[in-house]
Amino acid sequence: MALVDHATSMQEQQSKVTKRSQPLPMLSFLLGALSLIGTMLSLWMIFFYAPTDAVQGEIQRIFYFHVPLELAGMLSFGVLTLASLGYIVQKKEHWDWVARASAEVGAVFITIGLILGAIWGKETWGAWWVWDPKLTATFILWFIYIGYIMLRSYMGRSTASAYAGAVLALVGVVDLPIIYLSVAWWRGQHPTAQVGVSGALPPAVTHTFMVALGTFTLLYMLIMIQVYQLQRLQALAQRLRAMVE
Amino acid sequence: MIRLFLTQVLTILWKDVRCELRSKQTWIGMGMFALLVLVIFNFTFDLRIDNKTAVAPGALWVSFIFASLLGLSRTIAAEREHGSLDRLLLCPVDRKAIYLAKLLGNFFFIVVVEIVALPVFSVLFNVPLFIGPLVLIMLFGTLGIATIGTIFSFMASATQARELLLPILVFPLIVPVVIAAVRATEALLVPQANEPPWLGLMIAFDVIFLSVSLLTFQYVVEE
Repeated sequence: MALVDHATSMQEQQSKVTKRSQPLPMLSFLLGALSLIGTMLSLWMIFFYAPTDAVQGEIQRIFYFHVPLELAGMLSFGVLTLASLGYIVQKKEHWDWVARASAEVGAVFITIGLILGAIWGKETWGAWWVWDPKLTATFILWFIYIGYIMLRSYMGRSTASAYAGAVLALVGVVDLPIIYLSVAWWRGQHPTAQVGVSGALPPAVTHTFMVALGTFTLLYMLIMIQVYQLQRLQALAQRLRAMVE
Repeated sequence: MIRLFLTQVLTILWKDVRCELRSKQTWIGMGMFALLVLVIFNFTFDLRIDNKTAVAPGALWVSFIFASLLGLSRTIAAEREHGSLDRLLLCPVDRKAIYLAKLLGNFFFIVVVEIVALPVFSVLFNVPLFIGPLVLIMLFGTLGIATIGTIFSFMASATQARELLLPILVFPLIVPVVIAAVRATEALLVPQANEPPWLGLMIAFDVIFLSVSLLTFQYVVEE
């Protein structure tokens, strides 16, 4: 009897899985196609359309990869915070899947951004790393991401783990502005190279940057949906395994 | 209502202090560790008159922070090992009271270790003690470390790798306290012009994270 129950509930679970996952691939295909076109377009714009920087030369083209990656990585912490708040308020599991996915994707984006930034810094500043407030705060953000992922993998998939992660994300998001402020005070008002988009940039640079930013945002959304699906399937697989055992 | 809350906090705090007074494990371990870090720093930086004021505040705070993390992971882990944490959570006590009591306990342990380590530091590094302002920096800095450390030691103690995980979670988050405390201590040794309000930053940090931790603590221990 118990076996039959298990079998039917598993079937129900399976049918639920297939039913729920059906509309999502369409979105993935759309986002995938858009990011493919965007990637092609940005690559062309970055290497052929955008002018070569008069001072820095070709290396300045890293800018079009580095800045969108870092921005998407920081945006991901915002997604992580919202998902954590959502989990605490609604106690729905899918918020936790979003949170886990955003931490993993954010960590990857920040890591690649930091590495590209170091390469760019080596060429223009003559050093792989300087303890500039922006760099230092980003590095600490990276540590918080890694701490989050480590905590979640050590605690496994449980309600306690989801709550712990949510609390870490909330404490982290409150802490980040204070960290930035303290690091900026610590370094004082040292002059640092400006990486922001100021009005003095030629329009070709701005256009390329905007296209690259849009592409990386699309790519971020695409990867987020894939990792979210992965998280969901892993959770369901674990539940099925527990049921069989 | 508030009196009941305070009684609960003080009862749990008194239990922890009595436990520690009997075993003395954590205090002695933390104190020895803090002293050893100071001695190791002396070798690694080859202290001389000219670099002393630059290195000494850093050495002092590194020893305090490492020693406090040692203590933080011990106090909660002991509760989990003996299974007394579950019983504590079963008591009809507000979760905030449990957090506050644990926080005060950790704060108290760290401060005791600091009071012992400070004169030794002053002798070993041959720097004068500025008791008045330094006590304020120590108290607010320690409160910041204990506030963040207590809530995360509960999280880390739920995993197998608690001693490993706690510093990884706590160090990035207490960066503002570390910077503020070291800079403020440095400013005491060598007065500097135009220093940002480090003590104010620490107080703001303490207030913000005390509130955030009190609000979110119930989710950390919820099963």
